[in-house]
Amino acid sequence: MTLRNPPLREVHAERDAKFTEFGGWDMPVEFDSIRAEHAAVRESAGVFDVSHMGEIEVAGPDAVTLLNRLTTNDVTALSPGDAQYAAITREDGVMLDDTVVYRLPDEEWTAEDAGARDGHEVPAYLFIPNAGHDAEMHERWVDHRDEWDLDCEVRNVTEEWAMFAVQGPDAPDLVADAVDDGGPDVRDLSRFAATFAPFAGADCWVARTGYTGEDGFEVLCPWSDAEAVWALFADDATPCGLGARDTLRIEEGFLLSGQDFDPEDEPRTPYEADIGFAVDLDTEFVGRDALAAQAEAGVEETFVGIELLDRGVPRHGYDVTNEDGHVVGAVTSGTMSPSLGTPIALGYLPVDLTDPGTEVNVVVRGREKRAKVVSVPFE
Amino acid sequence: MSFDVPDDLRYRESHEWIDPETGRVGISEFAQDELGDVVFVELPNEGDAVSAGAEFGVVESIKAVSDLYAPASGDVVAVNEALFDAPELVNDDPFGDGWMIELDVDEGDLDDLLSADEYADQIA
Repeated sequence: MTLRNPPLREVHAERDAKFTEFGGWDMPVEFDSIRAEHAAVRESAGVFDVSHMGEIEVAGPDAVTLLNRLTTNDVTALSPGDAQYAAITREDGVMLDDTVVYRLPDEEWTAEDAGARDGHEVPAYLFIPNAGHDAEMHERWVDHRDEWDLDCEVRNVTEEWAMFAVQGPDAPDLVADAVDDGGPDVRDLSRFAATFAPFAGADCWVARTGYTGEDGFEVLCPWSDAEAVWALFADDATPCGLGARDTLRIEEGFLLSGQDFDPEDEPRTPYEADIGFAVDLDTEFVGRDALAAQAEAGVEETFVGIELLDRGVPRHGYDVTNEDGHVVGAVTSGTMSPSLGTPIALGYLPVDLTDPGTEVNVVVRGREKRAKVVSVPFE
Repeated sequence: MSFDVPDDLRYRESHEWIDPETGRVGISEFAQDELGDVVFVELPNEGDAVSAGAEFGVVESIKAVSDLYAPASGDVVAVNEALFDAPELVNDDPFGDGWMIELDVDEGDLDDLLSADEYADQIA
């Protein structure tokens, strides 16, 4: 299998980045040190190349109907420039992926507009499937559009948009300074708001969103302008790889699609995954009835944080046992927390074991390590 | 990028080194760089016996878990307990303060190991 390369694969290689396969892409995992990169995001600012994230554009009269039927949240609530977190579920309520849906500005774009913005209808939305899910989600949207006879365009624009996340307490000033003269002050954007702004002459979509728990932005820029836009950030923010992205999101208790939930290996509903806030049962989406039933009956297991009290590093797939030594769950994500210096894990446990302080064990190479349930974010 | 490969040590292809003078064992500078930030080390106890080529412990970085293989057979006569609280010593000083265990071995048992030149060629 050939790996997909982000537009700046060679630029990162020249910086001596180490690479890893993720979602079919060859991505930087570490530039210098995961620990140093993690600290930069918590204390100043880091910049991540996340061009492996998918982008699907949905535009036209029935775009909102299609999105509302295929995501768990209420897309009709979005005004131009709004962003919304949602799950994508199948009929039985199990999550296929999670995503952010952006509503693009309400203007009739023409082919004269630069880059990836040309010639689509309104209203227009862009949603972000996880790495490696773009083709599957594009197909899902097209198939359902056709089945339901809806009028909208669905385009997989994953390889038209590069994506950089600039995250950390210094990120707002840094990104605001990088906007071309005459562009908007992006510091005025509230959390989960987005706008077009010019960077290095390129029209970029900049959103106050992220996956680190810190303030910051995600900047989508045309693939062809990726190098110039990356250069605006890479001197003042620490270049960070997927290793730090993982430790940062685990400390926050954020889900990773394909690992903390997966339709094949870890089938979970949004309620089990503790993202019920992203489910609006008043909308008619695929999986709605199954989730309404689960909301009524309650879940049997739910997603929690686990902190180890003994030495050891919890990893994906390690068993979690109760006080009697019986297996009650498994770690879906784990690491040594760079910020806290303690081993931390995420996973699903039966609801009677999910109160903070509940004592459990994580089995590391055959040995039970004492641990306790804690609330997330870890602190 | 080139890595330090001290001449006075012998090496395994799996990147462990042993000092023929002291019997100290650790991992190479190349190996710690490949692993990245080391966060945990699991080592045998003093008095345990280890066998050449067999696993004697585990080193974990944030991104990877890696078994440690004994360069020689012998009894463990010392364990670097400083690594339990400061595993980052493996990154900071892999041939010095980042040593892992000390073995009681005969120097003659080290003949199958790589010389510094041979190991440097391997990682070049």
